[in-house]
Amino acid sequence: MTPLPLALAHCLPELILAAGVLVLVLLGAIRGRESDGPVTEIAAGLLGGAIVVILLGGKTNAIVFDGAFINDGFGRFMKVLTLAGSLVTLVMSRDFLAAEKIDKFEFPILILLSTLGMLMLISAAGLIALYLGLELMSLALYVLAAFHRDNIRASEAGLKYFVLGALSSGMLLYGASLLYGFAGTVSFAGIAETINGKASLGVVFGLVFLMVGLAFKMSAVPFHMWTPDVYEGAPTPVTAFFITAVKMAAVAITLRVILTAFPGITAQWRQIVIFLSILSMVLGAFAAIGQANIKRLMAYSTIGHVGFALVGLAAGGETGVASVLAYMAIYLVMTLGTFAGILSMRVSGEGVENISDLSGLARTDGVMAFFFATMMFSLAGIPPLAGFFAKWYVFNAAIQARLYALAVIGVLSSAVAAFYYLRIVKIMYFDEPAPAFDRPALAPRIVLAGSGIIVVFLFAYPGLFIDATTAAAKSLF
Amino acid sequence: MFGFGILSCIVFLPLAGAGFILALRGNDEATLENARRAALGTTLIVFLLSLYAYARFDPSSSAFQFVEEKGWFGHGLVYKMGVDGISFPFVLLTTFLMPICILASWQSIQNRVKEYMIVFLVLETLMIGVFCALDLLLFYLFFEGGLIPMFLIIGIWGHTRRVYASFKFFLYTLAGSLLMLLAIMAMYGVAGTTDIAVLLHTHFPSSMQKWLWLAFFASLAVKTPMWPVHTWLPDAHVEAPTAGSVILAGVLLKFGGYGFIRFSLPMFPEASAYFAPLVFALSVIAIIYTSLVALVQEDMKKLIAYTSVAHMGLVTMGIFSVTPQGVQGAVFQMVSHGLVSAALFLCVGVLYDRLHTHEIAAYGGLVARMPIYAAVFMIFTLANLGLPGTSGFIGEFLTLLGTFRINSWVALLATTGVIWSVAYALYLYRRIIFGVLDKPNLAPILDFSWREATLFAPLVALTIFFGVYPTPVLEASAAAISALIKGYDTALGETKTAALFRLKAE
Repeated sequence: MTPLPLALAHCLPELILAAGVLVLVLLGAIRGRESDGPVTEIAAGLLGGAIVVILLGGKTNAIVFDGAFINDGFGRFMKVLTLAGSLVTLVMSRDFLAAEKIDKFEFPILILLSTLGMLMLISAAGLIALYLGLELMSLALYVLAAFHRDNIRASEAGLKYFVLGALSSGMLLYGASLLYGFAGTVSFAGIAETINGKASLGVVFGLVFLMVGLAFKMSAVPFHMWTPDVYEGAPTPVTAFFITAVKMAAVAITLRVILTAFPGITAQWRQIVIFLSILSMVLGAFAAIGQANIKRLMAYSTIGHVGFALVGLAAGGETGVASVLAYMAIYLVMTLGTFAGILSMRVSGEGVENISDLSGLARTDGVMAFFFATMMFSLAGIPPLAGFFAKWYVFNAAIQARLYALAVIGVLSSAVAAFYYLRIVKIMYFDEPAPAFDRPALAPRIVLAGSGIIVVFLFAYPGLFIDATTAAAKSLF
Repeated sequence: MFGFGILSCIVFLPLAGAGFILALRGNDEATLENARRAALGTTLIVFLLSLYAYARFDPSSSAFQFVEEKGWFGHGLVYKMGVDGISFPFVLLTTFLMPICILASWQSIQNRVKEYMIVFLVLETLMIGVFCALDLLLFYLFFEGGLIPMFLIIGIWGHTRRVYASFKFFLYTLAGSLLMLLAIMAMYGVAGTTDIAVLLHTHFPSSMQKWLWLAFFASLAVKTPMWPVHTWLPDAHVEAPTAGSVILAGVLLKFGGYGFIRFSLPMFPEASAYFAPLVFALSVIAIIYTSLVALVQEDMKKLIAYTSVAHMGLVTMGIFSVTPQGVQGAVFQMVSHGLVSAALFLCVGVLYDRLHTHEIAAYGGLVARMPIYAAVFMIFTLANLGLPGTSGFIGEFLTLLGTFRINSWVALLATTGVIWSVAYALYLYRRIIFGVLDKPNLAPILDFSWREATLFAPLVALTIFFGVYPTPVLEASAAAISALIKGYDTALGETKTAALFRLKAE
């Protein structure tokens, strides 16, 4: 058993966020309405601090708190991605919230709480810790989705997300209880030991229910129904948060649960993953074609991308996991850039979110159009942009694992998906200009340009994080 | 040079030019003029550099030359550039056509000039990169990356149905190419590297070869384009601006044939032999069917686009005959087609600049007002139908000769295509140039300006020069092609011996 101070050292990032949240709640309550400024800044500082702690902190792997919490390379990698997603969204959201007059001090606090839940989720080494992290994350998210409480669509989004989220949590809990009943332990390592290659029917049932719950959080088809409505209804910064940070955490825990608790029954989970992956890729490709609202389109796009990431998981093994990690890292950059663009879509003070509002953007704001188009081409996976390398990693893993049919369906659906990304480029570059956007705030502009530059120039160093992802993937096996 | 090899310089110099134009501020006429001059200067320097490389190129060697290799991706994926006798003619073709394209757009493009020049320079980088890349993934990067600039060229500076044409172009090629990407991954799995020089000597299992061949075929056949996946080409040509058509016909269509010679034949010899009848059938259909379709076109650009499909049919037929004449003829035919069809599209562009229509019916009797134009157009029309003494003849003759040695029926059917080509080419010429000049808006039409004359002079010179003296191209590619065919025959011979041994053992 690890002594307490050592154990606490392993969860230093979580401690920073937890303590910070408590202080910020007090600060907000005491200072009242005008406190949102410093609260946002301190919250951003805390997130940044957590990233620094992880990057500079110890690289030792350990399981602490009686097998509930694991600190390993995989977790650290995904935590950095999650924290980066939260941090950038928080920084970008400030001007948007102010313009919509919902810049309350609770917003950064809820983001912090949710992020704390994600970190715990990523580090969960047992079913109970998993549920704890998941619920902490989700409860904050339900409130965030409905944060614009005077807006009927935001309230609807929050309610819908809450009801369906509770249902999925229930399923996950049921799966967890089955697993506990048949394996006799809640720790992932213990479950793996008990199963040892022979899956009883009860364990398989537990696995299925568990995966339903996780697929819901990842918004993989057929558990995606809430996604378009919630992503469209929630305030744009919250949608960005859903698509970046939440997605990272959900994919991370899915990988961890499957690979550390069920390594012995690959055949059983692989077919489920392939099923989810194919459906997500195909639906993501076809359903987005008819969308007029850009947030709704991005919702379907993210469904498709989760499908692509799952291709890497289906491939399994260290290469497969490394490919998923690389995919998620690149996807994070692309979506942050895209949402920086969407946050900048304001015409005379009003936020707009129709794709047609982007018409002729190349004439009215050439720089933004260029970077936004870069994001679209990259999301479509066109070389030499970063999105291509993401696809290269996952499909290469699938081919090496001899999942040929999956790979063929995957690339064909990505060709279909290219259509709607191209459509956005076409609207920006080929169509006559719509009313020009207001001059965007500084933060989204910097984020858009920054991620644009990363996406364009990644080809010069495509192996940039290959060592990091390979090392991170190793710690799962 | 500058710490890079000469090929990297040639490939990436256009990007530097694009960066320079990007840095230009302002939108007044002087800035635009500077942008045009910068683009022209860059492409000219690139052309001179490639000529310098040509002077140092050793045509007697079949090995890759000017090879550069740098660590890039890790895990067997490297940045590797190099050319041999098969790819170098295409590099020269590209660098030669680019200044012409820029000049051709000097006045016809008045809208978003800076962006236009940038996109063209980026496209040049990607096109030369395709022919220089010696790593499959790097090749794919350039190959697919070229879609983005071409999509923008058609979509922004194209004509009325530009959106439809640009989407069709993009999605068609993308869908085919993605299958090739999977094949590249599978090859990487077998060989542990994507180095083309290594893959050329890797033996892939027979059953795998067929799938790999088909996956490559899916991409290359669309690019070539072969019947029945050629339908994107007429649309793209009709809607693209003149320079876009020139590049499309002159360079982009060569990716397909180049890919067949570079990858399909040497890497999958057994599958190539197995599928050769399929290619012959599709090629013959392309030659005859698209020639007939060309006859009834009412749009000049569409007509020339269909003739391109027919000519590419000759190329694929020649390649899969796998005889020295056939493959050399195919390379020559591609180079010649690059010059001739580019020139034909420029001729159409000259008319379009004056009357803003591609309708054949809108013209007639031009010889009265534009005698020099009529003469130039005549030269390229005759080259297009393969008159001896023009470059078109050499390629047609060699490919037919090579095919005749393998399969006389295919050669016979393909030869009828030559007759059809005479029909459509002369029919087009008669309708535009001869007849009575009775349309009122044609009366004030003017002959070549100085700029236009400069455009065509090198094209005319090269077309006739290669028609009379084809040796430079043939000699450059001879060593590489004979090595290729030797390797192909050895690989097939080994398979046959192995099969015999199996039979004996049974």
